[in-house]
Amino acid sequence: MTTLTDPPRESFRLSMLIYDTRYRSLTIQVVALIGFMALAAWLVSNTANNLADLGKEPSFAFLNEPASYDINQRLIEYTSRDSHWRAAGVGLLNTLLVAVLGCITATILGVVIGVLRLSNNWLVAKIMTVYVEMFRNVPVLLWIVFTMAILIETLPAPRAFRGDNPEASMLLGDSVAVTNRGVYIPEILFSRSLGNVDFFGFFNVSLDLIAIGAVLIAGILISKLITRRANVIQAATGDRPVTWYKRLGVICIPTLLVLWILGYHLGYPELKGFNFSGGTHLRNSLIALWLALSVYTAAFIAEIVRAGIMSVSKGQSEAASALGLSSRRTMNLVILPQALRVIIPPMISNYLNLTKNSSLAIAVGYMDITGTLGGITMNQTGRELESILLLMLIYLTISLSISAVMNWYNNSVKLVER
Amino acid sequence: MKKSVILGAITVAGLAAGAATAGTVDDVKARGKLNCGVTTGVPGFAAPDANGNWAGFDVAVCRAVAAAVLGDGTAVEFIPTTGKTRFTALASGEIDLLARNTTWTFSRDVDLKFDFVGVNYYDGQGFMVPVELGVSSAKELDGATVCIQTGTTTELNLADFFRANNISYEPVPIETNAEAQQQYLAGACDVYTTDASALAATRATFEAPDAHMVLPEIISKEPLGPLVRHGDNEWGDIARWTLNALITAEELGVTSANIGEMANGTNNPEINRLLGTEGNLGEMLGLDADWAKRAIMVEGNYGEIFEKNIGLSTPIGIARGLNAQWTDGGLIYSPPFR
Repeated sequence: MTTLTDPPRESFRLSMLIYDTRYRSLTIQVVALIGFMALAAWLVSNTANNLADLGKEPSFAFLNEPASYDINQRLIEYTSRDSHWRAAGVGLLNTLLVAVLGCITATILGVVIGVLRLSNNWLVAKIMTVYVEMFRNVPVLLWIVFTMAILIETLPAPRAFRGDNPEASMLLGDSVAVTNRGVYIPEILFSRSLGNVDFFGFFNVSLDLIAIGAVLIAGILISKLITRRANVIQAATGDRPVTWYKRLGVICIPTLLVLWILGYHLGYPELKGFNFSGGTHLRNSLIALWLALSVYTAAFIAEIVRAGIMSVSKGQSEAASALGLSSRRTMNLVILPQALRVIIPPMISNYLNLTKNSSLAIAVGYMDITGTLGGITMNQTGRELESILLLMLIYLTISLSISAVMNWYNNSVKLVER
Repeated sequence: MKKSVILGAITVAGLAAGAATAGTVDDVKARGKLNCGVTTGVPGFAAPDANGNWAGFDVAVCRAVAAAVLGDGTAVEFIPTTGKTRFTALASGEIDLLARNTTWTFSRDVDLKFDFVGVNYYDGQGFMVPVELGVSSAKELDGATVCIQTGTTTELNLADFFRANNISYEPVPIETNAEAQQQYLAGACDVYTTDASALAATRATFEAPDAHMVLPEIISKEPLGPLVRHGDNEWGDIARWTLNALITAEELGVTSANIGEMANGTNNPEINRLLGTEGNLGEMLGLDADWAKRAIMVEGNYGEIFEKNIGLSTPIGIARGLNAQWTDGGLIYSPPFR
């Protein structure tokens, strides 16, 4: 006969929360959480109490008041009678504009420099090393201010273009004016424009732009189909048909046709009164900020690209050439897909840095969201807490969106384990 | 980097600290020096000299208040503020007094919770242009590029002026007076606009002041004065009456030269009350009897301060105009010391 004895059942005692290792870590975490929440609650209530004592209860109603100030660079319609909300919107679009422009330029520049730094040409490699070390070791604020100072001090003022024998003249057949107030380039105009479509009464989008975009995207999709068909033919017969002219045709011809239908022509800038009018005005502040942020971030991206390429072992490219792949195909099919796995994650943080660094815009008077909502609006209304909270929320949203998109891209290029 | 974010954090922290403290006057006495907010540098109004000592018209107000409260006109810590940072600095308690040609407006007084203690300069917004531009009126500025200091009332006046006259302009927002000068002189803007007094002061520092002119239009009322936080009335009274003491001293002919003599007693009871030989005005303010005498002795009375820093004998060369005593047809007028 066997007797089964249950192990002695321990009843739970309070002291076990500290002395029993099974519960101790849980106890510590709960205590820390309570402490953290108490601290946060104290901070919030203390701020709220003190604001109430000062008679400044938090309220976002001020955002509906007229802003009363003008903004020079506006991507959407705005006058000084519009609300602070709209002024913040103008600033937000300016932030996004410089962030997108900066990310694109920084990526192109960074990739080129990163690849050139690996060049076998000693001089090229060394020059690129100097570039990287020079730009990434000086604070970006100094680069922004420095770029602006160069633009202001070295370029001619618009009045230098005046007179019969002007000191300065326009470039590229009188179509581009480079002044110390910015660069004026020809603008694209349509004589048979389709007009604008209104989005929620907040901003207008040109129908012309939508039409051109739609035709371009359709062209690109058809060109993809042609490539796919070429792949099928190559797999079946071993011969790859020449497709480049077909692909170029389906993208370019419909686009040009649409441009012609819309009555595409260029509007040239010309000197009128104090300034150039007509054309598109790329302001100094935008150029300085864009350029400085791009060259600064490009230095970091170059290092990331170099690290990514070097992480792919030499055996891979040797194996590729042993299979008879051309050097271009080796790069596209063997090296880059593997290098991208290493490159993308740190690239995300560089895009985030560039976007956040764009808040230095006020140093050159670029009216980004920090300049409008966090600058003039905050200062004229005296609503520091509300403005800063809103500003932090906006930057958080932008950053998280960039992260989300880049993470999605990262997932699509990462190594698929089989 | 994230300057405004830091400012916001400081505001929150400062608000927490500010509410906990007692009267500002006790804090100033305990600290042994006055924290006074001034500009980052406008010649004649507030700028450090070659030895790093702050001097100027607004600085004199700081020194007078320090002398009245602490007995020493040099016991001042000058804190340079920009148009953007000044109110946060005052609201957070970083500074006790803001003397930074700040325009007295309804919303600043009521909504931002400050108390203006008086007006030490009646100003208005003007425009400065290079003479070679050939402009004679601000209404001819259609399409011009205008440099403005951001975060000031001038920014709002400018928008209103151009809107009311139905002409367009291109604003170039700028953080400090020095940057504005750089852009204006390089021709990156056609016009520089700010308070006419500051324009005169800035123009005086140019290599060729005659190549620039201030346009005749004055597009706004800008009563400039020192201000304190709302709610601490004792401290507000001290600042208000120190300024009034300087003004009254000029009106009554009390100067830094004759004040020693007058402090022994005169036939004019108001001078006696002002200088503490009669009555107990100082005691009412929570100070000693000599407070006003010390305030006036630092840099003289209002008129002396004006002449020394921005008057016609200085490179800035501003005439008294609206800022003459009311007895001379100006607006400078102090309530009586009684």
